[in-house]
Amino acid sequence: MRTSSMIWLSLVVVAGGYLAVRTSNGSMGRAYVRHETFDARASFEEQIQKIDDEENTLAAKGKTLPKKQILARKKLTTRLGDVDGITWTKVRSANRSELVGKDGNPDSAVVFSWSRTIGLWIAVLATLAIMSFLWGDNIFYKLAESVVVGASAAYAMVVGFWTGIIQNLFGKLVPGLMRDSVLPGLPGGQEAELIYIVPLVLSVLMLWRLAPVGGWISRWPLAFFIGATAGIRLVAYLDADFVQQIGSTIMPLIVSDKELGLMVGKSIGNIIIIIGVLTCLVYFFFSFEHKGLVGRTARVGIWFLMVTFGAGFGFTVMGRISLISDRFSFLFYDWLWLPKPGIDA
Amino acid sequence: MNDSMPTDSDYQTSTETSSANGFDVRNLDRRWIFLVMGFSVAIPMLMGLVFPEEPSQEVLDVFDTVENLEDGSKVLMAYDYDPASKGELEPMAAAFVRHCAEKKHKLYFITLWPAAVPMLQKNIAILNREYPEYTYGEDYVNLGFRPGQEGVIKVIVTDIKKLYANDVDGTDLNELSMTANLKNIQSMDLIINVSAGTPGAKEWVQYAATTYDIKMVAGVTGVGYTPLVPYVPKQLAGILGAIKAAAEYEEAVLLEYPQLRKNPATQEALRKMGPQLVAHMLIIGLIIAGNVIYFTDRKRGVS
Repeated sequence: MRTSSMIWLSLVVVAGGYLAVRTSNGSMGRAYVRHETFDARASFEEQIQKIDDEENTLAAKGKTLPKKQILARKKLTTRLGDVDGITWTKVRSANRSELVGKDGNPDSAVVFSWSRTIGLWIAVLATLAIMSFLWGDNIFYKLAESVVVGASAAYAMVVGFWTGIIQNLFGKLVPGLMRDSVLPGLPGGQEAELIYIVPLVLSVLMLWRLAPVGGWISRWPLAFFIGATAGIRLVAYLDADFVQQIGSTIMPLIVSDKELGLMVGKSIGNIIIIIGVLTCLVYFFFSFEHKGLVGRTARVGIWFLMVTFGAGFGFTVMGRISLISDRFSFLFYDWLWLPKPGIDA
Repeated sequence: MNDSMPTDSDYQTSTETSSANGFDVRNLDRRWIFLVMGFSVAIPMLMGLVFPEEPSQEVLDVFDTVENLEDGSKVLMAYDYDPASKGELEPMAAAFVRHCAEKKHKLYFITLWPAAVPMLQKNIAILNREYPEYTYGEDYVNLGFRPGQEGVIKVIVTDIKKLYANDVDGTDLNELSMTANLKNIQSMDLIINVSAGTPGAKEWVQYAATTYDIKMVAGVTGVGYTPLVPYVPKQLAGILGAIKAAAEYEEAVLLEYPQLRKNPATQEALRKMGPQLVAHMLIIGLIIAGNVIYFTDRKRGVS
């Protein structure tokens, strides 16, 4: 075995052993949750009490409780008997520091969570697998990449199905059925909006391309979507990015203030903006050959563009460093439980 | 493929040659740079390197827009980012939530990104944890996600209940006091958008802020910052660009509300500026070193 391979293998074994020991004695890589149990009756009573308190406060000021509040209290009081004995438990992530209560005794509400611990380890392994691409393309990177793509697509599809197709389409077409089956929170007494048959038909036509014959039919809804989107966007661009931007560029070259007099910084800023806009426009004007005055002006425009690209690149670098520091933060503090300087130590 | 472009085998050959002839910085394996970059981010983090920040005028414009609203104003929190941009945008999103909560604004959370729903829940968790007086349905509401991208904005500026009959948990919006009489988002006093791309700040400016003259501020990623700057100040009251602006915004909030300084979570972006500084110094050093080598070689006639 080559010396370098021996060194790497030794490092991996030592690091792996260290992690295994720390994990086995519960010094890292564990996730906890807090169980909070709620009682429906107590919750209702608390809400009624809140309205009573508000009524007393208003009465002290000589005012009366709004009708809406009175109705809400009546509704709560009527339903009080129906919710007897109903409880529910809310589970939320807990910090390991919450294991011990303020009184120094173990907090029984905070417990170890297997599911979240497994989730934590999957996240760690996926992070390390993605980072391994820095060493070179490998199977772990490819696996993690495929999982991210697949999971993101599936997540977007499920969310889109429930919010778009169920809530927005069938919720409008057959509100009664949806309310009785999957959307109990849908407002009562809602009439079916038959106009939504149009998007339903267009959606079906769009899926027609999967049929063995008549795939061309999917071009009709596609043409409609493209035309409608282009129309909507054209208007928005014309207003926000053309007319308004011309308005924003019409500015005074010499800026003065009644108290301070000439505002040098502001004036220079405005002059730079005007020169930048005009020279960049000249650069993108290709009806004339870029020679002589036009060429020199276009060259200034190129400089402005270069400065813009440089600023954009600088910001991009800043963004990428933020992302890596976020991942390191996850690995160091959430997984390895290293002390946070200035917070834990 | 361009014949002059180096291939993997060229790199391998040059690395092997350099190792045979001793260390040669011209043929440095890029993985050493990755390693040094990793250390330049990790070490300042572990050391807790934090630098003082002073809010710039651009950041103060955003801060003042939120601060100068009357207490209890209606604010639409449009958070359009997913876990991929969490590291860059989460600190500013959290700072906006805390600032608005200190001002007791009514918050309407919404997103145009399907993967942003957990991001909304994380920000709402801040309210639940740090501002227990904030009551759901009275002080804040989570409207969640609707598909349709900018089409959603186009609809909700005129009729929000056409798309949002329920909140994220399926509760009828007519049953929640803060949404019962809400017709559209034109009644919002401010739109705060935290955006990682499309649909995001640009679409909110185009379809809501510009068309209906709704006041808006945005916080965006570094990549998305420069194309949005022309919208300031007429169409956007202010914009925060990347983690640096987030750190300055946190500092502005802490200066106005010093009691928040006790909570370490309020300084998340400030803590991230230590690694930023060291990593940027390293990049600047590498650019200078690369140029020095290039010009020295050119002077010597080395190709």
